[in-house]
Amino acid sequence: MQPFQKIKSIATPLDKVNVDTDQIVPKQFLKLIQRTGFGQYLFYDWRFEKGTPRKDFVLNDPAYKNSKILLARDNFGCGSSREHAVWALDDYGFKVIISTSFADIFYNNCFKNGILPIQVSDETLQKLFSTKSEIEVDLENQSLMVDNVPILFHIEPYRKKILLEGLDDIAMTLLHEDKIAIYEKSHKI
Amino acid sequence: MNITEKILARASGKTQVSPGDVVFVNVDKVMVHDVSGPGVLAVFEKLRKKGMVIDKVWDPERVWVAEDHFVPAADKISAQNVVLLTNFTKQFGIKRHFKYGMGQYGICHTLSHEEAMVLPGEVYVGGDSHTNTTGALGAFAAGLGHTDVAYVLLNGKIWFKVPETLFFKINGKLPDHVMAKDLILKIIGDIGTDGAAYKTMQFGGTGISEMSVESRLTLTNMTTEAGAKSGIVEPDLKLREYLAARGVTKYDEVHGDTDAQYEKIYEYEGSEMEPIVAKPFSPENTAVARDLSSVELDKAYIGSCTGAKLEDLQAVAKILKGRTVKIRTEILPAAMSIFRKAMDTGLLKIFMDAGVVVGPPTCGACCGAHMGVLAKDEICISTTNRNFPGRMGHVESQTYLASPLVAAASAVTGKITDPRDLK
Repeated sequence: MQPFQKIKSIATPLDKVNVDTDQIVPKQFLKLIQRTGFGQYLFYDWRFEKGTPRKDFVLNDPAYKNSKILLARDNFGCGSSREHAVWALDDYGFKVIISTSFADIFYNNCFKNGILPIQVSDETLQKLFSTKSEIEVDLENQSLMVDNVPILFHIEPYRKKILLEGLDDIAMTLLHEDKIAIYEKSHKI
Repeated sequence: MNITEKILARASGKTQVSPGDVVFVNVDKVMVHDVSGPGVLAVFEKLRKKGMVIDKVWDPERVWVAEDHFVPAADKISAQNVVLLTNFTKQFGIKRHFKYGMGQYGICHTLSHEEAMVLPGEVYVGGDSHTNTTGALGAFAAGLGHTDVAYVLLNGKIWFKVPETLFFKINGKLPDHVMAKDLILKIIGDIGTDGAAYKTMQFGGTGISEMSVESRLTLTNMTTEAGAKSGIVEPDLKLREYLAARGVTKYDEVHGDTDAQYEKIYEYEGSEMEPIVAKPFSPENTAVARDLSSVELDKAYIGSCTGAKLEDLQAVAKILKGRTVKIRTEILPAAMSIFRKAMDTGLLKIFMDAGVVVGPPTCGACCGAHMGVLAKDEICISTTNRNFPGRMGHVESQTYLASPLVAAASAVTGKITDPRDLK
């Protein structure tokens, strides 16, 4: 994986709660066995109608073209454990997902694929949803810069390390598994 | 320590663990199916491209494989995926591959208990979110993504953060017209779909001791719908009998200490429970079944790891005996062993006399993949576990989640029906 860099981008506001992985990548695409190219199927049923982009869906709004940050509501990524959901978000170009809460398996899957899921308070999320300007995500300093105001976020040290160094999780854990538990313990917040 | 903490402590070689600790645990069993298997193989491929040599899995005896989501092969690609799985099990010497059309096969979570693939006290992971189901056998059972499953296949280990445990104490037996499904829907309605996020939901109390193992499996199955990492029930005599009936008597049970700690204890009075239905489009969107009696239906679906165990089919048969269905109704036993028992005990005749289609075990329509999906605007009552938009077919179809009793009663009337109100 590529080391996770600072990201500055407009954020795409997906104003829905409980977005499950079947909305992220509908089941008909699960059969595809390659790991790449899932971006075209991202939010497929919301994004397209009979193959044509739906004007009323936020991803089709030109204002959010090239956005690298997705804003989502509570319990994002619930439902099926399909990792295709993360593969699709990544392939589409999202590198950061910000929500008040994530489903557990989805949250884990993000780190395996170089995506940073950030959990924030209701109040912060509201602020992010209402801004029109770009948001800067600084993982090193665990901060979001929104309209020149920094907002700190929490992330487990082990997860931060693998993203910042671009370590492949499998390779990393195969090499260092004994040390991770110690590292995690000594950095408990 | 409670049972979950003790299992994780034992599996990580520690004497004590607490919620929040990160532990590396030795995995006892790992499962892949026809969706996660090809996903895992894609991860293997990625690693191979980076130069990693992958020519064996850590222990082929501890790996088992199910074909369930897209069998009978929904199309050419799913047929190809089953070939991939077959090549995978051959290449790596994995013997426990339950193949469609060759004796016992079925939905992975159902096989986990029907075939006693997982035993009390074990750590079990699978490439499917409803892996939690198997926790009713007194094991730690959790779903993983494809990369994590690939890691376990290579390494036999995985790291977990020890979860907090929410304890659900059920006092007293459920009434005859109420099933475990009603109870778990009630609980999810109360705590919400992220009410147990990264926590274990443990079920206990006299209501659970009175409950069959199959009913307990319905509870743990749907802990996923409350966001739980795992669901669990402590082993008891009923579980030992259940496993003995499957030829398994040797295992190392784990029980919580008398001073076990829980983050929170919820109490429910079993006798006060009533039939509950989850309305579209979330399992937390619950209502009392009787309050929905005006909802007209197009279809009833009795299937899945949640609602097509033998006991579920027996409940359906109790309702359908001597009656006919008013709406399209499908019954898909969750494994061939259950299908056979349904045949041997005369349930299939009752179903067919009622006008129902009986089909082969598959996840098929539960996840909207194939084998009877819903059209636009169609409304289904289902014994399954999820009713997100488009879950069972068209994104504008609707699914109401219910117990097998409620689903069967509704099949007879064509409207959502409390089994007590059936004439």
